[in-house]
This record gives sequence, structure tokens and C-alpha cells, in this order.
Amino acid sequence: MRILLMGNPNVGKSVIFSRLTGVHVIASNYPGTTVEFTKGWTEYKGKRVEVIDVPGAYTLEPTSKAEEVAVEMLKEGDLVIDIVDATNLERNLNLALQLIERGVPTVIALNIWDETKHRGINIDVEKLEKLLGVPVVPTVGITGEGIKELFSRLEEAKRKKPIKRTEHRRWDNIGKITHEVQILTHRHHTLREVLEEASTRPLSGLPIAMLVLFLSFKIIRFIGEGLIGYLLEPFFTKLYLPLITKLSLFLGRGGFLHDILIGKLIEGGIDFVQSFGLLTTGLYVPLAMVLPYILSFYLVLGILEDTGYLPRLAILLDNLMHRLGLHGYAIIPNLLGLGCNVPGILSTRILESKRERFIASALISIGVPCAALQAMIFGLVGKHGGQYVSMVYGTLFLVWLLLGLILNRVLKGFSPPLLIEVPPYRLPPWRTTVKKLWMRILSFLREALPLVLLGVLVVNILYFLKVFDFLANLTAPLIHGILGLPKEAVVALVIGFLRKDVALGMLGPLNLTAQQLVVGSVVLAMSFPCIATFIVLLKELGLKDMLKATGIMIVSAFLVGGILNLIL
Amino acid sequence: MAKQIPLTQLRRGQSGRVIQIMGGFGMTRRLSAIGIRPGKKVTKVSAMFMRGPVTVRIGGTEIAIGFGMASRIIVEVKE
Ligand SMILES: Nc1nc2c(ncn2[C@@H]2O[C@H](COP(=O)(O)OP(=O)(O)OP(=O)(O)O)[C@@H](O)[C@H]2O)c(=O)[nH]1
Ligand SMILES: [Mg+2]
Repeated sequence: MRILLMGNPNVGKSVIFSRLTGVHVIASNYPGTTVEFTKGWTEYKGKRVEVIDVPGAYTLEPTSKAEEVAVEMLKEGDLVIDIVDATNLERNLNLALQLIERGVPTVIALNIWDETKHRGINIDVEKLEKLLGVPVVPTVGITGEGIKELFSRLEEAKRKKPIKRTEHRRWDNIGKITHEVQILTHRHHTLREVLEEASTRPLSGLPIAMLVLFLSFKIIRFIGEGLIGYLLEPFFTKLYLPLITKLSLFLGRGGFLHDILIGKLIEGGIDFVQSFGLLTTGLYVPLAMVLPYILSFYLVLGILEDTGYLPRLAILLDNLMHRLGLHGYAIIPNLLGLGCNVPGILSTRILESKRERFIASALISIGVPCAALQAMIFGLVGKHGGQYVSMVYGTLFLVWLLLGLILNRVLKGFSPPLLIEVPPYRLPPWRTTVKKLWMRILSFLREALPLVLLGVLVVNILYFLKVFDFLANLTAPLIHGILGLPKEAVVALVIGFLRKDVALGMLGPLNLTAQQLVVGSVVLAMSFPCIATFIVLLKELGLKDMLKATGIMIVSAFLVGGILNLIL
Repeated sequence: MAKQIPLTQLRRGQSGRVIQIMGGFGMTRRLSAIGIRPGKKVTKVSAMFMRGPVTVRIGGTEIAIGFGMASRIIVEVKE
């Protein structure tokens, strides 16, 4: 049996899915968190049944790629658990009635039940159940309340003969039902509402946005640097270095195996950034340089996601984003891209048109550096002074803006207007927020760590086979002539295809000047996507548009790198 | 006296009843799916300057609507 979890966006489908199946998926307080379906299993009457977390949809007539996925899934389910936001009954009933009209076996979870009380909403569940003709059970996704009962009533869901209704009739019907089952008591303005309103009004909203972004940045730096300075750096230099030095001695301080495991000795000793062995740089870069920033970035992002601030930021930035051929909500994929480009590009599915998805994907893969690369920029470029880090960020931001302006000009079509539901502010449900952070860290370790090690291994083997000498000479006019980098830097560009953090690390041993490092960082950030991004671009855009995006990427990377080289 | 104006001209905090949506089928459908259709009462929460989005409260939900779209939603207000 296959059970689909469906419902409007942001009603708690993913929270309930994680609870049912133990498969953790991302849940956040804004519509459009889930853009693909996820499968999991749970026990029902002693049997294993499949449960699917479906992207949110307002109706069964899709208006975005994410909604298309949802409607597509409907054909493949045996039973639907329609999750309904109890604080928003009327609008949520639209989808519920569409499901019931189609004769789909449906059970309704009246979720976010906990919030109805303090918002002055009273729903007569029994009457609602009678009027709809399907089981209705109040639930609280974040605590699990009501989910057992929900499951005990699944067998009451039966396939029925479809009936046809016009949209108009359906809304009439919904109006009647809500009128009969729901009583609203008026509440005075709460602090929450005051805050909500302040953050979308221009005069108060803009300062709030600046404060939020400034604090986010400060906290990310503070936690990232703190973890490195007080935990990881001491661990690697005090505990790990003596051990690995012994191994180096044991391996005879040189030779093939030594080069692969420990790497080159720099001034007679191991240098975690420059030695480039599997057990030195291969572990130090991902664990001591990147991981702390992954942790601090996703902690802050998770809090922003779960409070419900992001859609408000989208409102403030709508005007700007329209100039780039997008609307305000496209800021969410871009922000996700600052963690890792892959989920960023995936989440462009919340945008309505193909044109927007192309522009947003191109902007993310070219102008938005992922957290791993940013951590390396802080670590390597930052050593030469904060102003150089600012140069990298400033350039990338300008590129992001200009590229958007240009794409908006040259691509046919226009950007659709913003139309979004702005969720209420909520305190992050800490357990869920921490779990989400943990999940993201695990997925970094699982997906990135092997690739970093592979990158280091490949570099060593290719050096050994002297492939790079050939390549470096071949591309010298480009790398040296245009970018002003030593010809060996081409190796970093090639490895950038595997991992950008390793690639930037490879610029370390080349003894670059601060200016050259700025050029190198910018070109690495902009140029060819890493393999994971490459695959997701191909999947989301199709071959032709992916090649187009990649073309733009390479041309603009060399153009901007060349200009930087001239003016710095 | 009742008066019909576009949503964009509502004052902050003022409420009105949606009378008509002057847009194509697609726009009407998107709006009604998210809860905005003729007959519904909306209260304006805020508007961004320079023809930015308009935020309204409808039932218990806040919804942000791009300026162009908001100007094609006609509401009736009591003066
Ligand atoms: N107070 C309260 N909050 C809940 C409840 N269920 C979910 N939430 C919160 O509601 C927000 C949305 O939850 P998700 O599970 O991401 O919603 P979704 O339906 O998967 O949303 P999309 O993937 O965007 O369609 C999160 O911030 C949850 O913590 C509940 O029963 N009570
Ligand atoms: Mg979800």
C-alpha cells in the first residue's frame, strides 16, 4: 500500500512524514520547502507500507513545478492523508474537496491544532467530518499528538465514484461548511502580530532586514571562528599533528605512499593546508576549515527558516528581484545556495515559469558561492586582510546583479508577479531545528568528505603521472595571460569540478599574492560548477539550458577574472 | 457610501470586500487558490514603496501580492 501525504504548502506534511517514517526531511516555516517527493516506510496493521511526502499544492491544477510534482504523484497513491492547516480551514478545504470529488480515499489531519486555541479559532470536528464524509482527526505535527488516532482510522477511507463540480459551486460549498463548523472569536493584537506587521512595512521593515542580515553574518562568523580557534585548530595541531608526524617518519618522509597519505613536507614539516595528502589536507580542509562554517551557517539559516522570516525578506526585495527577471520569492533559492548550490537550484521549483528557473539557476551557480567555498575564502584570503575578502564578495555580488539585469534583458518573456502566503512568526521548535541542522551536517559529511578525499587522491595521482605539466603548458595563455595566475593554477580549476573547497586549497602552495588570490577565488566561485551542481543543473534545466548556463559561466568567469587582473 | 477602488489604494489598516478580479483565467485561479476571491474581506497590512508588493490579511492568513496584480483586484470600501 502507498500512502500520500498531501496538503497546502506549509501545513506540516514534512514534519508528520519524518515522525511517521523516521526518514528526516527538511521542514521549515515557509511555503515551498518540499519540492520533490520523498519515500519512506512505516508500519500499518503489522505490514510495511510506503509513505510519500509530497510537495505542497493549493489546488490540483498546478501553477508551479512543485505543484506539478504533487499532482503527478496523486495517480500513484492508494490513499491520501490530506493535511489541513486548522488555522486556515477555508482555504485548505479547497484541496480537500477536490480530492474528495475525485473519489480518492482520503483521511484528513486537522494539523496545527495547538495554535487554534490562542488564535481564537473553534472547530467542530464531528460536524466537519459528517459534512465532508471522510474521517477528520486533529493533530499536532511537532509533538505527534493525534497521529496514532489518524492511523487507526485509515481503513475508513474508501474509493468513491468521482463527482463533477464547478469551481464556483465548490467555493460555495466551502463557504457553507466553514460557516457551520467554525467559530472565530476576535482577539486583540498580539505582540506576534505587531512584529509581523512591522517587518513588512518599509520604514520599519528595511532596518529590521538589515539588522537580521547583519546579525546573521556576525553570528555565523563568531561561531565558525570560535569552533576553529578553540576546538578544531587545537585538536589538529596539538593532538593529531604529533601522531601524523610519526607516521610520516615511519613512511620514510617521502615516496609514493607518503606523498599520497601525508603529502609533501613544507620546510621539513607537515603543513595541513599545503601538504596535500589524504590524511593531512584531505581531512583538515573538510573537517577543520569547512565543517565549522557549515555548522554555523545552517544553524543560522535554520532559525531564519523556522521563525518564518524569509517570506518577509522576499517582500522587501521584490522590487530589486524584478529587475533581475525574478520576483521576491526567488531570494529563498539564492539564500539556500549560499549553503550549497544543489538545494538552492532544486528549490527554484517554487518559481512559476521556466524562464525564472533558468535565470535563478544561472545566478546561483555563477554568483552564489557555497558555504564550503566561502569557508576557504575566509581561511585563505582572509589571512591577507579583510579587505580582500570584501573584494571577493563585492565582485560576486556585482556579478550576480549584472548577470540578472542582462539575462532579464536578453531572454524573452517577463517575470510573473509575487503572490505568496506569509506564514505567521513561530518560535523555532528547537528539537526539529536541531535535528534539521544535524541532518544537514551529516549530509555534508556523507557527500562532501568522500569527494574531498577523492579530489586529493586524484591530484596526487595526476601529479605523479605528470598530466598537469602538459595541461598547464597547454592552458598557460589563458590562465597566465588573461587571469595573471601562475600556469599551475589550472589544476585548481580542473579540481574545482569535484570540489570547490579543495580547489581553492590548491592555490595555497602556489604562493600567490593577495590580489592573485582574489582573482583565483572569484574565478573558482564563478567558473565551471562542481559535479554535484552540474548534475542538478542537468536534471532541472535539461541538456540545452544546462549547456547554455555553463557557457555563460565560463565566459563570465574569464571576463570578470581578466578585468580583476587588470584593475587590481 | 460604498466606493470601489483597487486594492493598492486601500489605506493601511483599512478593510474592504473583494468585488472583482480584473485579470485572466490564470490569475483569477491563482488568487482564488490562495484565498482571494470575490466576496472575501481583506485588510491591508502594509505596502512597500516604489510600487512594491501589498500585504493583506484575509481570514487568519497574511498574503503578499505584487503591485501589478494588486492593482487589478477591486475592493469595495465603506466611507
Ligand atoms: N505549531 C505547530 N507548528 C507546526 C505543526 N506542524 C508543523 N508545524 C510547523 O509548520 C511549519 C511547516 O512545516 P512543514 O512540515 O515544513 O510543512 P510542509 O507542509 O511540508 O510544507 P511544504 O513542504 O512547504 O509544502 C514548520 O515550521 C513546522 O515546525 C503543528 O502541529 N503545530
Ligand atoms: Mg514539506
